[in-house]
Amino acid sequence: MTLRDRSPATPEGAHQASSGGDPVLRLHNIEVIYDRVVLALRGVSIEVAEGTIAALLGPNGAGKSTTLKAVSGLLPTERGEISDGHIRFCDRDVTHLDAAARVRLGISLCMEGRHVFKHLTVADNLAAGAYTRGTASREDLDLVYEYFPRLVGLRRRAAGYLSGGEQQQLVIGRAMMARPSLLMLDEPSLGLAPTLVEDIFGYIARLNRELGTTVLVIEQNARQALEVAHRGYVMEQGRIVLEGSAAQLRNNPDVKEFYLGLGEHGRRKSYRDVKHYKRRKHWL
Amino acid sequence: MNVETLTTLTVYGLADGAVLALAALGFVLIYKATQVINFAQGEFLLIGGYTFYAAFVLFGLPTTVAVLFGVVVAVALGVVVERFVLRPLVGESAISVIMVTVGLAAVLRGVMQLIFGVQARQMPAVLPAGTVEVLGARLPLNRLLVLVVAAVVLIAFALFFRRSRHGVAMRAVADDQQAALTMGISARRVFAMSWALAAVSALVAGVLLADITAVTPDLVSFGLLVFPVVILGGLDSVAGTIVGGIIIGLSEQFVSGFYDPGFAQIVPFILLVVILMVRPYGLFGQVRIERV
Repeated sequence: MTLRDRSPATPEGAHQASSGGDPVLRLHNIEVIYDRVVLALRGVSIEVAEGTIAALLGPNGAGKSTTLKAVSGLLPTERGEISDGHIRFCDRDVTHLDAAARVRLGISLCMEGRHVFKHLTVADNLAAGAYTRGTASREDLDLVYEYFPRLVGLRRRAAGYLSGGEQQQLVIGRAMMARPSLLMLDEPSLGLAPTLVEDIFGYIARLNRELGTTVLVIEQNARQALEVAHRGYVMEQGRIVLEGSAAQLRNNPDVKEFYLGLGEHGRRKSYRDVKHYKRRKHWL
Repeated sequence: MNVETLTTLTVYGLADGAVLALAALGFVLIYKATQVINFAQGEFLLIGGYTFYAAFVLFGLPTTVAVLFGVVVAVALGVVVERFVLRPLVGESAISVIMVTVGLAAVLRGVMQLIFGVQARQMPAVLPAGTVEVLGARLPLNRLLVLVVAAVVLIAFALFFRRSRHGVAMRAVADDQQAALTMGISARRVFAMSWALAAVSALVAGVLLADITAVTPDLVSFGLLVFPVVILGGLDSVAGTIVGGIIIGLSEQFVSGFYDPGFAQIVPFILLVVILMVRPYGLFGQVRIERV
């Protein structure tokens, strides 16, 4: 199997709904440097087709979060900069646009670790999410409360007192208030119980299906991510090392072993197979 | 102790307290949004008083136009100070920033003295003189009006923070700057806005104070009283500032009326020391929400 397979998804490998439109987000050879010395991304190219879900997988420190920050324009706040390549969103070059302008264009990011406004009420958190659109409109609020009915009863509660699952719902709802056409989520399942993780991915799939929102999601739980995603990218050490349709990735022996925890023939991985590790990582 | 004195002292105390709360509100705004301790808040008050004086007396503008002029100058002052004094200091240590605001205070005070001199200037009263009788006490109308105006402005500010889009944005930035940025809320704009609003609230306090006293460089000393108020209120709480202002205003007036006016001047600072000893985070200091 070719590991840098850039050809379109094969019919049998394609996910049923992967027939998205043109790429709405296009990263071309993005290079990111932190503090002028640390090279975090070494030429990353990603395309996300309109109305699809793309998953970004990979180990810690691979540059997944940096990729999302590059797209959302948050790098300057962390002394990072895009030193090469360009990012196009809806056929517009947004490489050096400031973060607020990108939100207005329809790019929203849910940062890793939830980042609710702890001391603001749930309702105020949602109002803050609608900042670029003026005040929170009734329909937007209704839509969020319809997606996350749990939040209705918590409206006046300070968001910091919500449980982890509720906070994650709030963060997604807050991002929805900006009516993004591209929603990026950085490890939405972090620190959540498995059933809650399933719920979160359910919301993401529903958002994508009903509102047509394009989604780019970072996830450690590859099984969960590849279940809802149409396309996946695997990053390591600042590069994309593997990409393909979700089905292709699910069946890739390397992904199976390193990210899905499965052995050769779909068996659960055991320590007997650990000797394969070095040999298997041949995509590096 | 009779009802009459009590009423008089209460009204004077409330009026002082409301003006103090206004002056302190600016301080709290800046601290909340930008974590900067602004030692130039008293000077903002001074500039507010003098700007209004210049517009009202020297240029002879009608009251409303003079107030508008004052607001425009205050907003400009706030934005300029934020842009050219504070923004280059982003990332510097808290002590450096404090020293810069101390220096800024000296510069602003000096400039005002250069322009207007040091002697007190009498300003024709804007608020009607007269007296009204409440519970047998004859109260000067202007004190009552000061109380009303300050209360209205405070309520307006409070509503602004609670309800308006920019109020929510300011609280969001104070809470989590990076998350706010992902909502498209620019921290820079919010910083500029908090400095501008701080200058405006100081302007209102300055004008009210000047109206019941006189326009003098001494208005700055009122700025010092901001510290007991904000420490009492909890440094980052708008409600706490109002309560703190009223407590300081009332205690000063009561001590002055029932004990000794000289001693009354140090009462706020005694309270400051006491509160720092027993409740350093103030009455309404933000409860840090920690989930583990």
